[in-house]
Amino acid sequence: MMNILFAVLVLGVLGLAFGLILTYAEKKFRVDVDERIGKVRACLGGANCGACGYAGCDNFAEAVVKGEAKPNSCPPAGEKGAKEIAAIMGVETSVEEKKVPRVLCSGRAGVAFSRYRYDGYKNCAVADGLAGGPKMCRFSCIGLGDCMDHCVMGAISIVDGLAVIDYDKCISCGECAKHCPRGAIQMMPVSQTVYVNCRNTDNAREAKSVCMSACIGCGRCKRECKYDAIYIENFFAHIDPEKCTRCGACASVCPCTAIKDLINGLPHRPNFY
Amino acid sequence: MKFTFKRGVHLSYAGKEATSALPVREYVTDYVKLPMSMHIGAPSEPCVKKGDLVKIGQVVANPVGPLGIPVHASVSGEVTAVEKIPYLMKDPVTVVSIKNDFREEWVELNPLGSVESVDPSLIVPAIRDAGVCGMGGASFPTHVKLSLKPGQKCNVIIVNGAECETHLTADHRLMLEFPQRIVDGLRAAMRALNVENGIIAIEDNKPDAIEAMKRAAAGRDGVHVYELKTKYPQGGEKQLIEAVTQKQVPSGGLPIDIGVIVLNVATCAAIADAIIDGMPLIKRITTITGCVRHPANLLLPIGTIVEDVIGYLGGFPEEPGKITFGGAMTGLCIPNMQIPMMKSTNGIVVYNEREAMSMEEGPCIRCAKCVHACPIGLNPYRIKVEADADRLDAAMKLNVMDCMLCGCCSYVCPSRRWLSASFKIVKEKLIRQAKGGQKA
Repeated sequence: MMNILFAVLVLGVLGLAFGLILTYAEKKFRVDVDERIGKVRACLGGANCGACGYAGCDNFAEAVVKGEAKPNSCPPAGEKGAKEIAAIMGVETSVEEKKVPRVLCSGRAGVAFSRYRYDGYKNCAVADGLAGGPKMCRFSCIGLGDCMDHCVMGAISIVDGLAVIDYDKCISCGECAKHCPRGAIQMMPVSQTVYVNCRNTDNAREAKSVCMSACIGCGRCKRECKYDAIYIENFFAHIDPEKCTRCGACASVCPCTAIKDLINGLPHRPNFY
Repeated sequence: MKFTFKRGVHLSYAGKEATSALPVREYVTDYVKLPMSMHIGAPSEPCVKKGDLVKIGQVVANPVGPLGIPVHASVSGEVTAVEKIPYLMKDPVTVVSIKNDFREEWVELNPLGSVESVDPSLIVPAIRDAGVCGMGGASFPTHVKLSLKPGQKCNVIIVNGAECETHLTADHRLMLEFPQRIVDGLRAAMRALNVENGIIAIEDNKPDAIEAMKRAAAGRDGVHVYELKTKYPQGGEKQLIEAVTQKQVPSGGLPIDIGVIVLNVATCAAIADAIIDGMPLIKRITTITGCVRHPANLLLPIGTIVEDVIGYLGGFPEEPGKITFGGAMTGLCIPNMQIPMMKSTNGIVVYNEREAMSMEEGPCIRCAKCVHACPIGLNPYRIKVEADADRLDAAMKLNVMDCMLCGCCSYVCPSRRWLSASFKIVKEKLIRQAKGGQKA
């Protein structure tokens, strides 16, 4: 009986002593963590993609609370996240439109002419350095997947020698655009649903000799556009997203099917390849 | 005593047997394309236009910048085009196409006379005007190599007759057939820089070449022939220096920092041609071998089209899979058959489909074979981890810039990892970064 009482006593005293030490330490060495960091962290994309320029989401949340980073610089969080963060921080933020990556090349296998058969290190930069790449067009998507390797969400796949982005998985971090050795992936406002799916600025003869689907700067789209949103420069059609109404008239007349209209889909034509 | 360097790999030299016993023949093509970027440095500026008639040895392009060298017409005839074509590198290259009229008209040559009597100060300008660049592969302009900055002193010139690459026998045949030219070229370079010692280094798988060079060097003061153990990459500049002098070039340094200059045997012969005959660099010996019906060593005008010379040798016995300029280890793949050869093309090697097939890349199994093979003493498997993750700074700390892309690591890797290829990309990105370009 005595033994049990003794044990309870010893443990009770020990517990009390350590409890006092911990209480003292808690008071003495307390570090005030801003509770906003946790809240901001919860609004972010959470993929640690690095698009904000910080080491990870925690790092970014800290920087936001310290006032070093702007609330709107997390692309995966988007407009909603930026507003939430701004509300937490009690600041006004201008929310830019969400940008998404677009692969600006329609030269899939059979459409773009190939220069040689590439059978080596599956890396776009290596193939690009070898006589200007396996596709004749020097602006084309090389299709060996440097973007795929750097996509943290696994949203990119290579289909028919072209990078294809799955927009359900994409968090718009922009890593793919950064790692494309040719700059064939570019970040565009999400509302820009009509765009020229090509970057070839060579003259019509050269462009047509490397790819069946290259923009040759013929000006059909410019004539068709009722809103004066298209201008031709360097044998290449540029669409001004401010003036464009996304009507898709240009896409339906492009003889090279180089203009893509995501809403109305691809033009329906009998000989469309 | 035989010399060699640390590490490296032993290759199969069976590919050399097809051509090593064949004497050099001359082949004159009826159409050449002269690339303007045959050397390291800014491309030369064409000074002829379509329709001009040129003679053999006439300057068709002027040098640009401090590393520039001129380009000379290698055949006489009419300039049919000055155009841009896709070449071995990323950007298209300007070429001057000349149709041969077979009149063999030469421009007037200005020989400087024999090596003993020539004014030493005239040698380096003559080498520049002859358009001589390194003919072993890297094509560094020779006159730049031979122009010492104040404070630099060259103690020894090493002539690189190692020819450690697979398949190639062009240097071997040159040493057998024109040993005197090589010795003359070496002596001209020694005279220009007032160097006492010249060493001709040859691997021991070419005993006949060693014999021939010893005979040619006999009685010449300061010219020695060294025998090296056969090993790859002995022909790499820094490895050759280590093999011959047992000294290492400091990281990031040049051979001249330890008082050494290395010249290829073909470069030496070109120097002799430039000094004794006043002849510019318009022809070179090239090995055409592999999957070709009649492999040969040919003396070809610079700018000969690959398709033309392969046609002359009887075409392909079977479907070719890949063609490289240079040997299997460091050769550059060519994208099509219309590509002209350049000054540094020491071989055109054709592989069949089976030989050209690349293997599936596996994961690293940490066997450290690459570490034992790397002639510079790098850790290729660690650099590859950083290269895959695109961590350029970390790769830089592992001294990736000292990598000379010899391919030993890729050759020995049992997982067939693309080590060398990824280092090339990292090096290019780092160079671009250092130049202040955007982060790739």
